[in-house]
Amino acid sequence: MGDYIKIVKNGLWANNQALVALLGLCPLLAVTNNIVNAIGLGLATTFVLVASNVTVSIFRNHISKEVRIPIFVLLIASFVTIVELLMQSYFYDLYLILGIFVPLIVTNCAILGRAEAYASKNTWDKSALDGLMMGIGFSLVLILLGGMRELIGSGTLFDQSSLILGSFGDTLSITVFENYQGTLLAILPPGAFIGLGLIVALKNLLDLKAAKTSESIPLDGSIKTIALNNS
Amino acid sequence: MYSKALNTNQIMRQVMYALALGVVAAYSFFGWGVIVQIVLAVVTAIAVESAFLSIRKHPIKPAISDGSAALSAILLAISIPSIAPWWIVVVGVAFAIIFGKQLYGGLGNNPFNPAMLGYAFLLISYPLQMTTWAGEFLGFSQAIDVVFNLSSVDALSGATQLDNVKTQLALGKMVSELDVHSISQAWINLGFLLGGLYLLFRRVITWHIPAAFITGVAVISSVLFLINDQIYIPVQNHLMLGATMLGAFFIATDPVSGSTTPKGRLIYGFLMGVLVVVIRVFGGYPDGVAFAVLLMNITVPLIDYYTQPKVFGK
Repeated sequence: MGDYIKIVKNGLWANNQALVALLGLCPLLAVTNNIVNAIGLGLATTFVLVASNVTVSIFRNHISKEVRIPIFVLLIASFVTIVELLMQSYFYDLYLILGIFVPLIVTNCAILGRAEAYASKNTWDKSALDGLMMGIGFSLVLILLGGMRELIGSGTLFDQSSLILGSFGDTLSITVFENYQGTLLAILPPGAFIGLGLIVALKNLLDLKAAKTSESIPLDGSIKTIALNNS
Repeated sequence: MYSKALNTNQIMRQVMYALALGVVAAYSFFGWGVIVQIVLAVVTAIAVESAFLSIRKHPIKPAISDGSAALSAILLAISIPSIAPWWIVVVGVAFAIIFGKQLYGGLGNNPFNPAMLGYAFLLISYPLQMTTWAGEFLGFSQAIDVVFNLSSVDALSGATQLDNVKTQLALGKMVSELDVHSISQAWINLGFLLGGLYLLFRRVITWHIPAAFITGVAVISSVLFLINDQIYIPVQNHLMLGATMLGAFFIATDPVSGSTTPKGRLIYGFLMGVLVVVIRVFGGYPDGVAFAVLLMNITVPLIDYYTQPKVFGK
């Protein structure tokens, strides 16, 4: 059980692909100009991560070490193609907005990174959970950054939700600031870099604070033993 | 007499005195809005700098009293239209101080000129408010009304001459059909030129950057003018329109973000002058000083690396 908790913790926080590994930044920075785009790309990436992790893990003993990277890329590319075709048929408008960044999921280092570093060495159930958690962790950063940029950039949240949820989505769109003229910089690429920098800084700050409070607890034997048992 | 090195506070104060002429010129054409913007900017700068220093647990008083935050604020306030709403200058100064200066570690560590970073941020984010200038002299109460959104300004606003010329040229007009002169801009530039000469005289700045900057502007604009005098405006207009003189003497010479070697300063200033004209003529925005300064700021480490004076005897 401890293994699974650790996988969850790693994916969401300790080894977050966007904030700690800083992988997959190209799509992360490019499509997060609003929440809906962020959710769309986040879902697509998570699906590909889970699917590729499971397949790589299942075939890990049959793939020869020398050619593993091309094979991983082929597997990932097939799933990306599936996602792309699915999006074309069900979320065509969103597909048009995300554009090149859907096929570019193939080159997302986070996915190849998990296949190589985790799925090729672990059983399929753990790999599936790892893919899911890494995907959710990545998506949460996407959504947070998208929300920040949309809020500052145009004063709305969940605008154009109909792209994912159909006509129901229109009711979700919130105009947070009335008569807001918008801060264009937040929507332009510099806003993505500044926003991501602030989120990474915030995460490091929280980690630092957590480390400080845990240091202030006197390290008597009992706590040490528990920590060892858990890991 | 001037052999004693000036400390930061004295340098900043000299620069502020030198700015006065240009500010008076701007005041005489645009009215009280200019002064209102400067006061707003300085108050914001001191408030934001104090708040951020206390978050960083640094001593507040020495950093505030060196005047660097106030100077950045004044430079930014001079660059924005005098009738811009109050939140423009507040947001711009806050951005300049926080993202341009404090996040890099405070005075002396910022790779970019904070005032120009704030200006570029404002110009990109709020293009409408940043390109609407006062068309006439505004009295004190009128300026307060306009800056704090109490009344509309449509009747008395306009674009700058550079902006106008750019729009007209884009519509296919020829330079000879246009009035490319601007009395107000010329006087303001003259004010900053004289202020800059005062700084040179007091040895607050060296001659390298302003001279190279102005040469750069002059060279590239003459080349363009010689190529086609119906599409490109004459040299003297490039020198006396927009923020040319303010940029040459007050912004490019920032000792923190600028080049520090004599040869480096010549290269730095010249390329900046060239970039100013290139961005003005071929870019999407009416003036290019802010972008030219920021672009050259990032080349400073490279320029300084290759222009270090040889140690004698080596």
